[in-house]
Amino acid sequence: MTDLTNLTVAQIRDGHRAGDFSAVEVAEAFSANVAGAKALNAFIVETPDHALAAAKAADADRAAGTLKPLSGVPIGMKDLFCTNGVQTTAASHMLEGFVPRYESTVSQKLWDAGAGMLGKLNLDQFAMGSSNETSYFGNVISPWKRNDGGPNLKERAALAPGGSSGGSSAAIAARLCPAATGTDTGGSIRQPAAFTGISGIKPTYGRCSRWGIVAFASSLDQAGPMARTVQDCAILLENMAGFDPKDATSLDMAVPNWEAALSSDLAGKTVGIPREYRLKGIDPDIDAMWDAGIAMLKDAGAEVVEISLPHTKYALPAYYIIAPAEASSNLARYDGVRYGLRDLPQGAGLQDMYAATRADGFGPEVKRRIMIGTYVLSAGFYDAYYTQAQKVRTLISRDFTAAFGTCDVILAPTAPSAAFGLGEKTSDPLAMYLNDVFAVPASLAGLPAMSVPAALNREGLPLGLQIIGKAFDEQGVLNAGLAIEERAGFTARAEKWW
Amino acid sequence: MTIDQATVRKIASLARIAISDAEADGLAGELNNILGWVEQLGEVDVSGVEPMTAVIPNQLRLRDDVIDADPLTGGNRRDDILANAPEPQHGFFGVPKVIE
Repeated sequence: MTDLTNLTVAQIRDGHRAGDFSAVEVAEAFSANVAGAKALNAFIVETPDHALAAAKAADADRAAGTLKPLSGVPIGMKDLFCTNGVQTTAASHMLEGFVPRYESTVSQKLWDAGAGMLGKLNLDQFAMGSSNETSYFGNVISPWKRNDGGPNLKERAALAPGGSSGGSSAAIAARLCPAATGTDTGGSIRQPAAFTGISGIKPTYGRCSRWGIVAFASSLDQAGPMARTVQDCAILLENMAGFDPKDATSLDMAVPNWEAALSSDLAGKTVGIPREYRLKGIDPDIDAMWDAGIAMLKDAGAEVVEISLPHTKYALPAYYIIAPAEASSNLARYDGVRYGLRDLPQGAGLQDMYAATRADGFGPEVKRRIMIGTYVLSAGFYDAYYTQAQKVRTLISRDFTAAFGTCDVILAPTAPSAAFGLGEKTSDPLAMYLNDVFAVPASLAGLPAMSVPAALNREGLPLGLQIIGKAFDEQGVLNAGLAIEERAGFTARAEKWW
Repeated sequence: MTIDQATVRKIASLARIAISDAEADGLAGELNNILGWVEQLGEVDVSGVEPMTAVIPNQLRLRDDVIDADPLTGGNRRDDILANAPEPQHGFFGVPKVIE
């Protein structure tokens, strides 16, 4: 019997439909992998019963001829999505023990489509981080290891799975789940996907409802799927996207049938290569992968042109004003009164309770960002920082609009490096922020963007290529991703040590 | 602009986060680093540029004027709302005494 946990979402869906195996067998196989992978610390809560109940329903639906789009498919849920009756923490002490009494729109859509939940996936605290080292519940360890660290895999340096969706990326790469939800504010789907050799897409801002997702920076936050193939991303996204009146920024547009329209024939398409993304001193393996990607898209029939995104270098500093500003406002709700942690020192008044609760409930990176956000929004500094950043954001968005006058999609690396070791960048917050240099511009412009695995570097670690598309053109992004996937032939996987 | 310990304390007070002297020291250095780096935005010519307010053009909608049209966001859910409160009392949120 084949190992069911090696199957993709499409293979599970189709195999279940054809009667090759039962959904219960699939759920049990993945739950066993989850239970056996504590060393990765990918899950905060495991929910094998949820997956099993959905699987039993899927098997009954098959018998009754009422199969749904994701019947038989168990997935992981980033612990930023509120799940009814299941603890939702955003990987924070502040929300430890918080059990929502409602379901987020995106997760509800997935359950309505027949999917089951294997558990709640670890992440950077409040989705703030690029390495999953800010979680209150401990680091997620990437299943990947460098190829030069001695004969004992387990003893080689522990690597970051990327962040903030690091539990999602590690779990998929280690075959603990075939797919998972992620959220992307400044690269939190794409960078972890690149670090772990999987795929992930952030759709156009507004495609997926933010209702029930713990808020970080509301003008940037966007949910999306992570999986092992482009097709799987298309399948998941179709079942996550859609208009939701409960989110004021939700797009009132029909959800395209992205899977059915997948095509890797890029004849007539033009791919833009942004010259500002060629960083001096970047790892030569990254540039080599990028050049190989260009060749792959040419081979798929596309024309390749150089483009310019002149304000690229200002995207990251603008992001680190806008995102913390929005976060400082969003996270003001954690006051110890209505839900979450309360820290009430002996004899303290209301104001002291607020300050003590927030000192105790937030980790250092979250505090740092709230402080930056509070500062840039404070009287006297608002225009110099926040308004200036919002103007620069307009210019970055205009750069993309101009570039898309001459190309259909943009190809670039996802991240400037392969996965780094845990602890390597924690002492310098700025060095950590710089890892999002290629991911943040598309976030600021609200554009769809995905990462697909393209190569291994000389250390044997995965590298990802990023495709950025026009607003609402997820299809163009997925198609170019598919063209790369077919040509890169990326089949490497982390050798099991956990 | 250099951020000193006093400024850090003021920001922390605005953000309602209690900090120790040692934390204030550390944060002053970190915030100076980060804000020093974002200063480069000042060199961008933004004359005539409007600040972005909506990343994807979208029209604000009005909902129908119907009470509890969506039960998920409607009223009459007191027990659900209090379910995660640290100290619910008599159907309300309990807080320490505000007025002496």
